[in-house]
Amino acid sequence: MSGPNAAGSFSPDGERPNNGVSGTPLPREHETQTRRLIEVDDLRTGFKTARGLVRAVDGVSLTLDRGRTLGIVGESGSGKTVLSRSIMGLLPKRNVVREGTVHYNGLELVGAPDAKVRDLWGAEMAMIFQDPMTSLNPVLKIGKQITEGMRFHLGMDRQTADKNALSLLREVGIPEPERRLKQYPHELSGGMRQRIMIAVALACGPKLLFADEPTTALDVTVQAQILNLLQREQRERDMGMILVTHDLGVVAGRTDEIAVMYAGQVVEKAATATLFRHVQHPYTEALLRSIPSMDAPSHSRLQAIPGRPPDLVNPPPACRFAPRCPYARDKCRQEAPPLLELEPGHAFRCWFPVRASADAVEAAAAELRAGQDAGTDGGETQVAVRGDGENEGGD
Amino acid sequence: MAGTGTAHLRAPEDALLRVEDLVVEFPTRNGKVHAVSGISLDILPGETLGLVGESGCGKSTTGRAIIQLPRPTGGSVQFEGVDLTRLSGKALRHRRTKLQFIFQDPISSLNPRRRVRDILAEPMRIWKRGDKDHQEKVVRETLDAVGLDPDTAMDRRPHQFSGGQCQRISIARALVTEPSLLICDEPVSALDVSVQAQILNLLEDLKARYGLTLVFIAHDLAVVKNVSDRVMVMYLGKVCEVAPPDRLYKQPAHPYTSALLRSIPVPDPAVRPQEQPALEGELPSPLDPPSGCRFRTRCPLAQERCATEEPQVREVGPGHYVACHFPLSSGAAAPQPVEVHAGQPA
Repeated sequence: MSGPNAAGSFSPDGERPNNGVSGTPLPREHETQTRRLIEVDDLRTGFKTARGLVRAVDGVSLTLDRGRTLGIVGESGSGKTVLSRSIMGLLPKRNVVREGTVHYNGLELVGAPDAKVRDLWGAEMAMIFQDPMTSLNPVLKIGKQITEGMRFHLGMDRQTADKNALSLLREVGIPEPERRLKQYPHELSGGMRQRIMIAVALACGPKLLFADEPTTALDVTVQAQILNLLQREQRERDMGMILVTHDLGVVAGRTDEIAVMYAGQVVEKAATATLFRHVQHPYTEALLRSIPSMDAPSHSRLQAIPGRPPDLVNPPPACRFAPRCPYARDKCRQEAPPLLELEPGHAFRCWFPVRASADAVEAAAAELRAGQDAGTDGGETQVAVRGDGENEGGD
Repeated sequence: MAGTGTAHLRAPEDALLRVEDLVVEFPTRNGKVHAVSGISLDILPGETLGLVGESGCGKSTTGRAIIQLPRPTGGSVQFEGVDLTRLSGKALRHRRTKLQFIFQDPISSLNPRRRVRDILAEPMRIWKRGDKDHQEKVVRETLDAVGLDPDTAMDRRPHQFSGGQCQRISIARALVTEPSLLICDEPVSALDVSVQAQILNLLEDLKARYGLTLVFIAHDLAVVKNVSDRVMVMYLGKVCEVAPPDRLYKQPAHPYTSALLRSIPVPDPAVRPQEQPALEGELPSPLDPPSGCRFRTRCPLAQERCATEEPQVREVGPGHYVACHFPLSSGAAAPQPVEVHAGQPA
């Protein structure tokens, strides 16, 4: 009831000035058109502070189809949470700069009226937050919190909504669901609360689910239960899911594709197996190496990444990882590497990648520059690069 | 409140710290919270003991009860041959300089209004160790040892540092009184993985340099494995299993340890997560813990005996102890029945 109608009220090709996306149609795109959920292009999100603009998200592009899971991995301050909130439009209006394009089912969300975006929340896209205690309303009964969205978005009467809430609670594995509906969040454990959060998020049958560190506040045994639940729901409901986490272990077995973020940018993006097997970006490599391994004997020396992430008010001018990178050379400190896709579906932002040759990177970058000079839509780096590879969202 | 035994303890004269039958209970309106119910542990000089378990298992309470904050409800804490539970006032405080604590949240455990030099010098001022020049010298040396530049760091306040740097300052503060035992309570859980590795490496370096003995409390099994010589797994205020890390992780004998290990997400896409989670349900309430074995309500192998009889700690392999009636034997590796003797150091 929301999808096509809502799309009709927006013209998908509107009069937005930077219409780079529609300028690069791929022949195969029509096949995937119905599966494609969201297209984010060159999204930038900054916070105005007394010190200057904090560029939390700085030119991120990604796509997601129904039924697929994208993992976004990064350390704190890498912009992964701001990215997911910015896509959804869940950021304050004041002192926030948000540029770029977010196409959801043909709707442009950046700059869309609040009411339009609000109609999508819950009904089309939903988010599961990290801390289930603070993101549930402590003074509302659980039943009310689950049915609220269904009554508002789907116009359900109370009886139907209550009935649905009950079956949702069963679905997410809550024992004694009838009793739980009348309880308050504080009466439940952390794991139970996170299940309630999932029930709230699923209530209106969203097509796109954001899970922002959904298990970070939970114990490992409960984490495994919640991750399994999310995965099952995602499959059964054929949703697109964006799983945001700092833990590479969480995304390894449960995503189709992973984007690694560093200092507000995607530094590497690839199919999950490719990312782990054929790491290209030194940061991803360093991140993988710094995790203590269960297989290594105890007291083995860990490979720490020296230094710390850069200040996002004044990020390093060229490659943002260069100050901490073991392979950094002069070029890295002089010229920012573009996000290049040497192999289809595997993009990275590095002049001297772990596996590919620097010459190949150089050649691809030159080609990209030439394409940009020739093209009329200057400045849309990511879009142009994606146009070179094909159908990166697919298998 | 029956203890789960002391079979895993070694000769008292060898141990730097020996905790026997530690009990910590908190009275509440709804009854007593059984936070720690008869934990025994010991640490040899230079050893690192890892305490693992999920939240609510009593690992932090155990760490705090060792330094008598709060006072344990029962049991003894022998540190360097002295029972801390019998000390009080100045004698206890003086003893505590040898026992230092590092907390989880590095930022909130430092006073935001004070400069680093004052934070580090305060313990020496309290105990009147040397004059101002000596204190400044120690502060500089210690900052240098934890990898901070004394010239830039000394006159700054905690908010001017990152989380990792604040944790370095906390560690430096713990070191200025020249402790012999450092209790680290989740020292890296608030840090990013890249910084976590820096701090873990630093702790290993400092341990060698200052001849430290460590109690390392954490929920992350991989982290604990990396730093420990001996690992103790706890569940709901009880000991489940004690073993050298390489052995514990390869052949866990307690069903809980095994479930914990299987729950950890592996950073390898080839390893598909199990469809069935290793452990169903959640931790029972410590207000009313299950009878017999406390893990029995979630244990896949639980039988009638587990509800009636509390399992005692017993040896199932070299340096490997478990409190379970039906331990996993994992092939032929672990001999089942048991003769109890003081095990050799790990």
